[in-house]
Amino acid sequence: MKLVIGIVRPEKANDVLEALYRAEVRGISLSRVEGHGGELDQVQTYRGTTVKMGMSDKVRFDIAVSDPFVQPTIDALCAGGRTGEVGDGKIFVVPLERVVRIRTGETDLAAVTPVSA
Amino acid sequence: MIGIPVLAQAAEVDTGDTAWMLISTALVLFMVIGLGLFYTGLVRAKNSLNTFMMCIASAAIAAVTWALVGYSFAFDGTGDLIGGFGHLALQDVTFEPREGTTIPHLLFMAFQATFCILTVALISGAVVERMRFGAFMVFAALWSIGVYAVLAHWVFGGGWLAEGGTLDFAGGVPVEMGSGFSALAAALVVGARNDYGRLALLPHNAVYALAGAGILWFGWFGFNGGSGIGTGNPSVLAFVNTMLCPAATLLAWFALDAIRGRKVTAIGAATAIIVGCVLITPAGAFVSPGWALALGFAGALPCYAVVVLRPRTRVDETLDVLAAHGVAGFTGILFIGFFAQQSWNGVSDGLFYGNAAQLADQALAALAAPIYAFVGTYVLLRLVGALMPLRVTEREEAMGLDVTAHGEEAYATGEGAILVTPEAGVEVPVLVANPD
Repeated sequence: MKLVIGIVRPEKANDVLEALYRAEVRGISLSRVEGHGGELDQVQTYRGTTVKMGMSDKVRFDIAVSDPFVQPTIDALCAGGRTGEVGDGKIFVVPLERVVRIRTGETDLAAVTPVSA
Repeated sequence: MIGIPVLAQAAEVDTGDTAWMLISTALVLFMVIGLGLFYTGLVRAKNSLNTFMMCIASAAIAAVTWALVGYSFAFDGTGDLIGGFGHLALQDVTFEPREGTTIPHLLFMAFQATFCILTVALISGAVVERMRFGAFMVFAALWSIGVYAVLAHWVFGGGWLAEGGTLDFAGGVPVEMGSGFSALAAALVVGARNDYGRLALLPHNAVYALAGAGILWFGWFGFNGGSGIGTGNPSVLAFVNTMLCPAATLLAWFALDAIRGRKVTAIGAATAIIVGCVLITPAGAFVSPGWALALGFAGALPCYAVVVLRPRTRVDETLDVLAAHGVAGFTGILFIGFFAQQSWNGVSDGLFYGNAAQLADQALAALAAPIYAFVGTYVLLRLVGALMPLRVTEREEAMGLDVTAHGEEAYATGEGAILVTPEAGVEVPVLVANPD
């Protein structure tokens, strides 16, 4: 089991969701985050105050999957999230020690498998 | 509004009339802010400022073009299709009342200017979230002269519709049908948003939409109540009808919402307020309060139908200007032809009271105005499009027009923002906020 963390552009989040859905990856958490990964800064001006926006809005996907689903999940994140410009985001894959489904107490593989699948 | 018989010998300024028209003019201008708030609530957060700025820019552009050219084209002389050049740059527009009015000519001009401003702002609803700000400003300047001033002349300035007997109290022709059918043309020329039909594009703040619609209703008391150009019975009747008709539309909309989706929606209510105000705009002082209520109830139906059916098409007329203004204005104009009552308006009866000719006059306006507005807008936008791109790039559209067009955000938190001070030099940013 792995936890796949994908950080993508907010405007590509919907494309990623579509791609994940097509790859039959159904258990997803999504959050709005701010980050910096070397992309060009946006300059904004409010009356006399000029600021560089050091942080860009991003969307973070947290997806816990069983091993056979790791590659399809990564592929979906890449396919949906890529524009080719700096700032497309990153994917982190980290090992998962334990998973528990709160409703049933099921653990590990049974717990990362969505009910409908 | 010129069709209302005012004291024939009125060449003197009436202080009461002038006081009310000063207030009405300010009320109509405040509608621009209401519209901005209404539109802003309906778009996505990343386009909030751009949407509001379209309305603000309309005020800037149209006030200037109106003073320089538009007013003269609309209100100088009684040519059939267009006015003259006599009032260019407000020449001869002074404190002397215009013929048939009891307020200073200058104030009459300003009151009419606010109508032009609001109408230009209305059209922006069709193209928000993807049209370039600069291209919209160029279009707004051309449209305020080429389409609005011409339509205003037809019904207010002694043009062919007014001469032919068409009744339009406060702008069913130039404002409502003018903006509604222009919006349709603009949506077709500019094209749909990239995400249209692919993603759910939801209003980001329904409270803004309701507050904006409420401000619009408030301002409409000056819009309709001032269109008698004074404090006489027509203004009083239009004022009261402006309270009754939208209330009826709201109830009808509640019922339609409940039947269709089992819930009464807030965005629906905001839409209904505007639809109701638009319905009574042309009919203002021509129908009795009872018929105004009937118009509010019945007129909701065609507008509701268009609101429901339009998103099923490929036409991304984003904020439904066609439904709320075009269709409602069309309905209101025709309604006069059926239910105008001479005992209330002192001018003419409709078909229901034995005067079929009035319906024919109204039908003519309901046909001519949409065609002129649609074709005029289509041609103007194609022209602007030949000179400059109408749309932002796909990437800018995805990022949102607030940041890309204005370099600001509506909901900036300042987290991660680095202050660029003159002391530090623009090249050397000073860190002031550093999120952990």
